[in-house]
Amino acid sequence: MKLALVVQRYGPTINGGAELHARYIAERLSRHAQVEVLTTCATDYVTWRNELPAGVDTVNGITVRRFRVRHERDPRVFGRRSHRVFEERHSVADELAWLDAEGPTSRALVKHVAKHAAAFDFCLFFSYRYYHAYYGVRGATSRAVLVPTAERDEAIGLSIFPPLFRAVRALMYNSPEERTMIHAAASNHDVPGVVVGVGSEVPQNTQPGRFRQKHNIRGPFAVYVGRIDENKGCKELFDFFQGYLRDPAGKLTLVLIGNSLLPIPEHPRIRHLGFVDDADKFDAMAAADVLLMPSYFESLSMVALEAWALGRPVLANAKCDVLKGQCIRSNAGLYYESYAEFHETLRAIEQNRWLAGALGRNGRQFFREHYDWPVIERKYLEMFDRLRKEHSTRTIEPLPGWFERRRQNLPPAAEVLAALPIGGVTGASKRPDSASPKPAASEGRRRA
Amino acid sequence: MADFNVRSDSVNVEQIMEQIRARIREKRGVDYTEQQIRDLAAVKLEKFLDPKGVRSDLLEQFRKAQLAYEPPELPNYAFEGDTIYETHRGPLRFIRRLLNPILKLFFNPTPLIQALHIQSRLNTMYAEREARREAARRATDQLNYELIHNLVIEVTRNSIEVKNLKMRVESLSSRLEFNERRARALESVVVYKPSSEAGSQRGGGTQPLAQQAQRPQPQPAQPSHAQTPQPQQPSPQGGPQAEGPGQRSRRRRRRRGRRSGAPAAAVMGGQQAAPDSEAATDRPPHDDAAEPSEPRAADAAHEAGSPTAPATEDLQNMTGAASHPSEPPDRDSQ
Repeated sequence: MKLALVVQRYGPTINGGAELHARYIAERLSRHAQVEVLTTCATDYVTWRNELPAGVDTVNGITVRRFRVRHERDPRVFGRRSHRVFEERHSVADELAWLDAEGPTSRALVKHVAKHAAAFDFCLFFSYRYYHAYYGVRGATSRAVLVPTAERDEAIGLSIFPPLFRAVRALMYNSPEERTMIHAAASNHDVPGVVVGVGSEVPQNTQPGRFRQKHNIRGPFAVYVGRIDENKGCKELFDFFQGYLRDPAGKLTLVLIGNSLLPIPEHPRIRHLGFVDDADKFDAMAAADVLLMPSYFESLSMVALEAWALGRPVLANAKCDVLKGQCIRSNAGLYYESYAEFHETLRAIEQNRWLAGALGRNGRQFFREHYDWPVIERKYLEMFDRLRKEHSTRTIEPLPGWFERRRQNLPPAAEVLAALPIGGVTGASKRPDSASPKPAASEGRRRA
Repeated sequence: MADFNVRSDSVNVEQIMEQIRARIREKRGVDYTEQQIRDLAAVKLEKFLDPKGVRSDLLEQFRKAQLAYEPPELPNYAFEGDTIYETHRGPLRFIRRLLNPILKLFFNPTPLIQALHIQSRLNTMYAEREARREAARRATDQLNYELIHNLVIEVTRNSIEVKNLKMRVESLSSRLEFNERRARALESVVVYKPSSEAGSQRGGGTQPLAQQAQRPQPQPAQPSHAQTPQPQQPSPQGGPQAEGPGQRSRRRRRRRGRRSGAPAAAVMGGQQAAPDSEAATDRPPHDDAAEPSEPRAADAAHEAGSPTAPATEDLQNMTGAASHPSEPPDRDSQ
């Protein structure tokens, strides 16, 4: 079997969520198939500047073919077009202009995909919202398998994407919430889809004591791992944790791991360690009492999965459907919507060791059942087998004509997003690996 | 937070979250978000405040009432040097200019022209100043209304807080009442439980209760006891039973007396008015031997200002050895 994996950036030092996801999947699937990665020369997701040489490269034994990006992203133009399509009535042409402004605009990559798609059994496209996925799928519809990595943001409300979701051979979702959202947005219930997610290279023997000694951390602590950014909910986390620090009964220290774009509050019980290597990261998670996940938008939190793999409970932001749903399905984490809930849940985990232990055990079990690599690989291979047996009759809907494309008849994407169902998927659809898609959430859960 | 009911092997996160939310509600009353508080302030203020006294939609009403300010077009005129000779008719203008020197032979129009010119400039200046003042006043009004609006929100928030605090006080009162009842129940167990020692004393030919009760009580050397208006009488109902119907009714009366809310000082220091006879009646037989010396020691300590004195008295109250100070001294004799 020959697979092409098309992703916006690729490299051993690129640690973005979808890009890391793509690299893990490529390396794992390379044990079962011949994998070639098609990507751009960019390493920076903000500018898409060409920083790596175009041509063929090898990364961890995987062949990587890089293509140049035609133009860098202009933040002002992108911001203006984003506002236009997200907040105002607009046209299809506006959305296409937004896609072009977002990038990475690599026509060479798209042409290569369209030209050589027949040489592969399947083409896996990562991240639906980028230029390469939109035009790449249009060029290789009959072989396209999409890993959407969709978050609950306005892009899902754009009208150019539903035809994409309906045209691909299959969708590999990260979570049931993502599947529910895409089903509601695109009505693509008949497209084969499976909730897969991604595994992680969690070491078997972590050394929590070494981490404590190295960073001079004593006593219980909660850890946050990731970019320290307002968009990741860190500002709210700081506010809440400073409130928690006023509670004399609370003994936890907050340990922050990752590069910071925010000022860190000055407090002896808030420690910022900056960027650390993987060994330190896993040791920190193993040493921590709880992992905090304050993010509002996630399609799949790999850090939460890693914490569960290490038997640590997670305290997540309930405003993120995916995190809340994962906590409920796994029974391995608590969640908060307000400061009062944050305080009480953190205290519950801190003071009730039995509860923390039980949540951690459940997390480990959840990870083994659904996110261990053999499970992930099996899901991909089963899907490929299924697709090979089925004859593809799908075609993508053509773009409207010149005049139709310029009609200002599309609602703001923010409005479309607001109408999509909200909330974690629980109950009947608790099994994340359920291959048969469930119907969209009831009308009662739709946001007014 | 160690009181979660999650001790089984299967943890249900949703249940735990329900418990946590219930606990938050219990601790803080109903939790309102900022938006909810604003909604309450704007819509359902009458639930928390007197609607006659304050309006919940002040700002909206104000904005509706006040239209956007535009400075009025005040009447004014321009007056320059040649204004008085201006006309739209060209020949007439020419004749006026031609005859202007003759006009100036009769009077000097220049001061008139200057005065009107200055007046025109003054009018413009005053109009501008008035417009600026009006705009500033309106901005201040806006701020005042904003302030009142914010005050309304704060008052609403405080009302909710007060309501929650009231709920907490009620909860604490009920807990306190329960604890008091529990303490009384424990008292009765301590006082009226027939111990094996008492049983052996009764069985071993010790003096019956009635005789012990009728034994004349030694008067403590305390002036207040000497001034007690009514002499202490032994209880006529004192029988050989450890707990007769009379005792039960007295105990009930005492409880009622305690519930009636005598001040703490009276409870702690009211032993002076308590007749010793009642204490002797209520006290179990095996305490009888030590009884005469106890009040003296307590009173002496009380007089000496010893901190142990009230504690001893309080202990007597707790164990039921003394009658309640709010109880009239002659009740037991009835």
